[in-house]
Amino acid sequence: MLSDLLEPAAKRVLALVPVLIGVSLLVFGLTAVGLGDPVRSMLGQRADPELVEQIRRDYALDRPVHERYLTWMGRLLRGDLGTSYHQQRPVTEIIAERLPATVHLAVAATALSVVLGMTAGVIAALRPGRLLDQVLMSAAVLGISTPVFWLGMMLSLLFAVWLGWLPVSGYGDGAWPNLVLPALTLGAVHTGTIARMTRSSLLEVVRQEFIQSARAKGLPEWRVVAKHALRNALIPVVTVIGIGLADLLVGAPLTETVFAWPGIGRMLVAAVGQRDLPTVMGAVLVFAVIYVLANLLVDLAYLVIDPRIRRAR
Amino acid sequence: MPASAIALRRAGGERVTGAGARRRGRLLVGGLLVAAFALSAILAPWIAPYDPAAVPAALSATMLRPPEPAHPLGTDALGRDLLSRVLYGGRVSLALGLGVEIVIVAVGVTIGLLAGYFGGWRDSILMRVTDVVMAFPSLILAIGLIAVFEQPGLDKVALVLVVLGWTTIARVVRGEVLSLKERDYVQAARAIGVGHTTILLRHLLPNAIGPVIVAATIGVGSNMIAEAGLSFLGLGAQSPTISWGSMLAEGQTFLVSAPWVAFFPGAALLLAVLGINLLGDALRDLLDPRFQP
Repeated sequence: MLSDLLEPAAKRVLALVPVLIGVSLLVFGLTAVGLGDPVRSMLGQRADPELVEQIRRDYALDRPVHERYLTWMGRLLRGDLGTSYHQQRPVTEIIAERLPATVHLAVAATALSVVLGMTAGVIAALRPGRLLDQVLMSAAVLGISTPVFWLGMMLSLLFAVWLGWLPVSGYGDGAWPNLVLPALTLGAVHTGTIARMTRSSLLEVVRQEFIQSARAKGLPEWRVVAKHALRNALIPVVTVIGIGLADLLVGAPLTETVFAWPGIGRMLVAAVGQRDLPTVMGAVLVFAVIYVLANLLVDLAYLVIDPRIRRAR
Repeated sequence: MPASAIALRRAGGERVTGAGARRRGRLLVGGLLVAAFALSAILAPWIAPYDPAAVPAALSATMLRPPEPAHPLGTDALGRDLLSRVLYGGRVSLALGLGVEIVIVAVGVTIGLLAGYFGGWRDSILMRVTDVVMAFPSLILAIGLIAVFEQPGLDKVALVLVVLGWTTIARVVRGEVLSLKERDYVQAARAIGVGHTTILLRHLLPNAIGPVIVAATIGVGSNMIAEAGLSFLGLGAQSPTISWGSMLAEGQTFLVSAPWVAFFPGAALLLAVLGINLLGDALRDLLDPRFQP
């Protein structure tokens, strides 16, 4: 069983190496093809030329591109992302401060959307074509099409400004009332996708013979759905949960901006505004690594759920 | 047997009969929304009641007015008519979403055709590049790429969206070409000495076009959402260009005192993208045989 899992798992981990090298090249490319001059935008157009030269040397911007890449890569492997132009301190330090808020939000949003989405999907699938199914699925399509930042503002208007149930924005040291609206907002697309996928996957599965035989054995209907149908309906849902993580990461800068959430999404937006390239590169890299690792986790989850995939190539 | 079991079992049959009606419904609603959006965007200069940039002289009397007969959607903080601004914002949104997608299709189809048809190293390079681009959440990379420009602007947004967007279409076309090029009619064409260009353009492209239309339709919607998001963050359209995204950013400032400033541009974006997505879904059912229920 375990060795069955280890070999395909190792293969998938190895396959990440070229992707991660590509990611590093692309992120580094951000500085190399930089059309704007970071030193000029830092100091202004009328800066003293000598000072500009000095800073270029300090940040090693006067070296050839390949040399800078190797230096950058070497530092990266030692966990050094360079120094923020704007804050004059290590980028890793800034990211370490900001990452917990983003992780907190992403975990809450994932949990909320899996619970809401799967519940809605199962309820809709129990009575396909009926009113409740149509209402839930229309809501799901609406959730997928709604721009996250607008949804965030409208939720905050309704639940915070008009009803006064929850705080308008802010981190509040991670207290749960502060977390509800940002998590709902960030998870909206995800919730809709999971609901649709759960419904269609479940409808697909219940047509198959083993469900008929489970019913023929006289199992109660809830056990047929919960144990036999849902487990087999889960594989496409797991994919969607994994792909949905991309939606979560994409939504992070927008949601964090709407709710004044102190995560790396808002840090990235601020750093772009300040032309603080080391911080921009650090944030993009962190997002990319989280994304790649999440996809790896989804692949590994398949191996556990579906024994057939272990043997397939 | 419990009622739910009967319902579940009937699901298969109902889907066959219900699918056609639902497809027509989506096609109709999507088509109407897209037509309304496209028409209002194209006709904005003739149907907008005011100059969208005009700041009235008596500012204090006209700023942040709620919806009323003179201003059906209200006014913003500079007293500008929101209906006119939403209409003009739609022009920007449509022009960018459609323009970017046209370039993406041209680039993606060309690369996908060549990689799928010739295979070998061209194909390997394509797949590795798309692997890396797809290893990124695209809006994050878009934000990062905007950072290399000295000044943000819609032209940079368009460029970045093209750079990040072509891989999807290229993969779709490559996949189609890979399966089509082994078919008998292509083999026959090659056997009688038809050239590569003719095979690509006459025999492969027309048969791969269905999935491209579907992906491109959905793509227009995602381009619009991406532009609005970037403009909302201050990294896209800059004043005086009118964009739904930057209108939303202004609206957030007045969310409590004048919620209509944020409500209407966002609702317009939602309806436009919803229409495009519904249309894309319906087109997929019609054009892409693999999704036939």
